[in-house]
Amino acid sequence: MPSYDCVAMLLAGGEGKRLGALTKHIAKPAVYFGGKYRIIDFTLSNCANSGIDTVGVLTQYQPLRLNTYIGIGNSWDLDRKNGGVTILPPYVEKNGLRWYSGTANAVYQNLNFLEQYQSKYVLVVSGDHIYKMNYTHMLKQHIANNAEVTISVIEVPWEETGRFGIMNIDQENRIIEFEEKPKHARSNLASMGIYIFNTDILKLYLEKDEHDTLSVHDFGKNVIPAMLEGEINMYAYHFNDYWKDVGTIKSLWEANMELLKDQPSLDLHEYNWPIYSVNPNQPPPYIGPRAVVKQSLINEGSIVLGEVERSVIFYGAHIGEGSVIKDSVIMPNVKIGNGVRINKAIISEEAIIPDGCNIGNEEGEIILIEEEMGNC
Amino acid sequence: MYDVMGVINLGEEHGSLEELTYYRNQASVPFAGKYRLIDFTLSNMVNSGIQDIAILAKNKYRSIMDHLGTGKEWDLDRRRGGLFILPPSFHHSNVKGDLQFFHQHLEFFIRGHQQYVLISAGHIIANVDYRPAFHFHKQMNADITVIYQDLDNNKELSNWRKIAIDDNGRVRALENKIQTIHSDKVSMEIFIMEKALLLEMIDTCTQDGECHVINSIIKNIEKLHIYGYSYQGYTANIDSIKSYYKHSMDMLSPTIWQDLFYQPRLIYTKAKNDPPARYLADSNVTHAFIGNGCKIEGKVENSILFRGVKIHKGAYIKDSIIMQNSEIGENAVIEHAILDKRTVITSGKHVIGEPDQPFVVSKRMRI
Repeated sequence: MPSYDCVAMLLAGGEGKRLGALTKHIAKPAVYFGGKYRIIDFTLSNCANSGIDTVGVLTQYQPLRLNTYIGIGNSWDLDRKNGGVTILPPYVEKNGLRWYSGTANAVYQNLNFLEQYQSKYVLVVSGDHIYKMNYTHMLKQHIANNAEVTISVIEVPWEETGRFGIMNIDQENRIIEFEEKPKHARSNLASMGIYIFNTDILKLYLEKDEHDTLSVHDFGKNVIPAMLEGEINMYAYHFNDYWKDVGTIKSLWEANMELLKDQPSLDLHEYNWPIYSVNPNQPPPYIGPRAVVKQSLINEGSIVLGEVERSVIFYGAHIGEGSVIKDSVIMPNVKIGNGVRINKAIISEEAIIPDGCNIGNEEGEIILIEEEMGNC
Repeated sequence: MYDVMGVINLGEEHGSLEELTYYRNQASVPFAGKYRLIDFTLSNMVNSGIQDIAILAKNKYRSIMDHLGTGKEWDLDRRRGGLFILPPSFHHSNVKGDLQFFHQHLEFFIRGHQQYVLISAGHIIANVDYRPAFHFHKQMNADITVIYQDLDNNKELSNWRKIAIDDNGRVRALENKIQTIHSDKVSMEIFIMEKALLLEMIDTCTQDGECHVINSIIKNIEKLHIYGYSYQGYTANIDSIKSYYKHSMDMLSPTIWQDLFYQPRLIYTKAKNDPPARYLADSNVTHAFIGNGCKIEGKVENSILFRGVKIHKGAYIKDSIIMQNSEIGENAVIEHAILDKRTVITSGKHVIGEPDQPFVVSKRMRI
């Protein structure tokens, strides 16, 4: 029998309001990224690569596509006889249906899932971020510190501290104070929303939190502050690598563009830390006789007959003759006609761009095209 | 086609792909940027609704077993039926020829619940629906149906088996080593018959030592009702380096790849997990297939790159096929060449073949 040292709870119910039309029909973790991935691929691959093979995925907002995508988890090697991936949607019980009212409440409502594994530790992560991280290192530090809670932190620019949950720590990395979106931060260490808890402590505080009528049942806002108040052994784990919250159209576009640098800060080609995703059956990508492709990512199943520069092209995309695509992200199965010009735009899945359209410009904001366009 | 058992017969692979088949059999030669030759026949069977498929392997079958796995990619990992890889046994036998491999796995054929079998070679490139052919077979009340094509210019580089068909659609002659015939029609090496007839052929052949599927058919050509079913779509027979090279290059023609890959019936293959291909600022790519996981810094023209190929700065690839995980050094020039998997061409080297005589670099070679 496996020992289930650490079970992961992956929060994937985020609505991603600031991504606008991109999250009209899908939850934020299902949003496309990097030519073939969905955002949740990074967290699931991190779990798989870290040897954490029991993962509960908590879904709520628009779960259909996400559920279909995750399936039995075989794409991430998480289809296991023991453990593996389990989708945990809100459910009906004797006293009626209860939606997940917050991140902490979502985990609280699935304590029975955790109980069946009797794991000593619980890793709580969200499916909203793009990063590569070995959770085993964090777990090792958690054990070495004899910690009850460990929170992963990253240094953010001082001017952005107001957007994050900021941790104040002592010389031994012990977290002494937590400030949610402070106006005058005293540290620039932001919580990455990655927590390791001792299961018994987590259970205790989730039950307490559940009975607190003033609580909004959120880890950052309620549970962590309550634990600090309760003088729980809480440590920071420093993470220094690439980590990005692609919460807005602009940051999603930027993260895609960063992949195109000669030495991208996020290397998708790394052999020892593969990012897995569902691989639909697609023919090889066809680059036409008059096509020009520069500084781009192009996935299988696409047809490029025009010009593509500094862009990310997903599977099934068709780019017609004489079209010029620059600094843009073209999502799956987009059909772009002939003589189209696209600059600094994200073209959403299945969109159809008729011949001769002109979208975006070099100086302007990032434009999001969601569905079929009329005539230009 | 629930009532039809599929058999991909690798026991009688014709032709030679020289360096490309040093370490693998013909059916598992990589093709068209991400496939293996066998993917086409296997996908055709699956797309036609055949649910039990046996692969009769003869030799060098490590690669094909690795590729096929449990058959999951073709949806053939079933509780009942699905994919069966039947390897040869090595006991001494007086019977020679491909029917001996059927004989060695007689149990499989006896046990199968299907009334019919469809036997195909593993190196034919086509996207065929076998259902109309099967329907034709039943309608004609045929003993055997052979799928054939008209001979055209596209076929001159391969050795096709000629087939003579009379006005009523009956097959009157099939070519073999002993007997050449004149005809403008060629066999696609796909045969439909009742399982009982196949079992009878196996039985007779083990008695008299004559053990080829094709010869057993030819021998009975007068006695049996053998009909030809004409198929019109794109078909290639990959049986030599020349035909491999030519038909690979065919794939870059939009009409051909649309005929093969953009049908409602897809060609399935083992999925890999590579990231999308990365083109750097200095890349210059026209008219090509570029597989996932490739990193392109040089110039690529009229070529097919399989997954994970690295083309360094200043390198120039023209009219060539480069297989998985090969690496081309700075300022190297590759023209009219076929590079097998994991080959390395160091900086500044020139690898140049002729249009009708491509230069072949075998697996893991370093130049």
